[in-house]
Amino acid sequence: MAIEDQLFGIHGKALALRSQRLTLIASNIANASTPGYKAQDIDFDKALAAATRDQGTVAGALEKAMGYRVPLQSSADGNTVEMSTEQTLFAENAVKYRTTLSFLEGRLNTITRALKGE
Amino acid sequence: MEKPMTIFDISGRAMSAQLVRLNATASNMANAGSISGSKESAYRAIRPVFTPVTQGPGVATVTVDRVVTSDTPATKRHDPGHPLADANGDVWEAGVDSSAELVDMVEASRMYQNNVQVLQTAKTLMLETIRLGK
Repeated sequence: MAIEDQLFGIHGKALALRSQRLTLIASNIANASTPGYKAQDIDFDKALAAATRDQGTVAGALEKAMGYRVPLQSSADGNTVEMSTEQTLFAENAVKYRTTLSFLEGRLNTITRALKGE
Repeated sequence: MEKPMTIFDISGRAMSAQLVRLNATASNMANAGSISGSKESAYRAIRPVFTPVTQGPGVATVTVDRVVTSDTPATKRHDPGHPLADANGDVWEAGVDSSAELVDMVEASRMYQNNVQVLQTAKTLMLETIRLGK
């Protein structure tokens, strides 16, 4: 187990995955009016499970959990980005990123306290 | 190896692309109703064509591939009193559908706003991450 995994547990990799997912959803939003663009996203639970497994990496986990979004309603130009879906998921992902950050903050505080011997 | 694309590249370039679209709409609106003496020289609406720029699975920004002239035909109008009228007394009005342009303008500005929002959220999250452990 890598040293950062010992320190931060699941949260280090979770933060990396959250950040990657943020990029994915930003890509979907950027291409909301590109004809023929197919929205992609990851199944976060699956990705996290793959990343935290033995010798699992963030990049490998992303690849395994990647998929195309199934649109609620198809559009004439073949674009599958639905703004409402993307915005909701983006907001949700941002909040969860913050949550992971505060878990990390807690861990860091604990370690700092232990080091200082307070 | 190519520099990895950040969320700032993605949303930033998307904003530029939407701005091109907004500019095209402005040109079209400015030329709506302009009169020309022949069918060929009449103004026709221009429209940017977006294409994705992909870097790895799921990571893609957007760019303007080219700007095309739409095939909305110029409207012929009989107006012999017009200084630009041809031998038959006809003039051609620019082939611009104003309502379609207005709809396009609203959509472009909404898309721009969405990208600004994404950028803002990403910036806040990164600043919070920098402050981690302080």
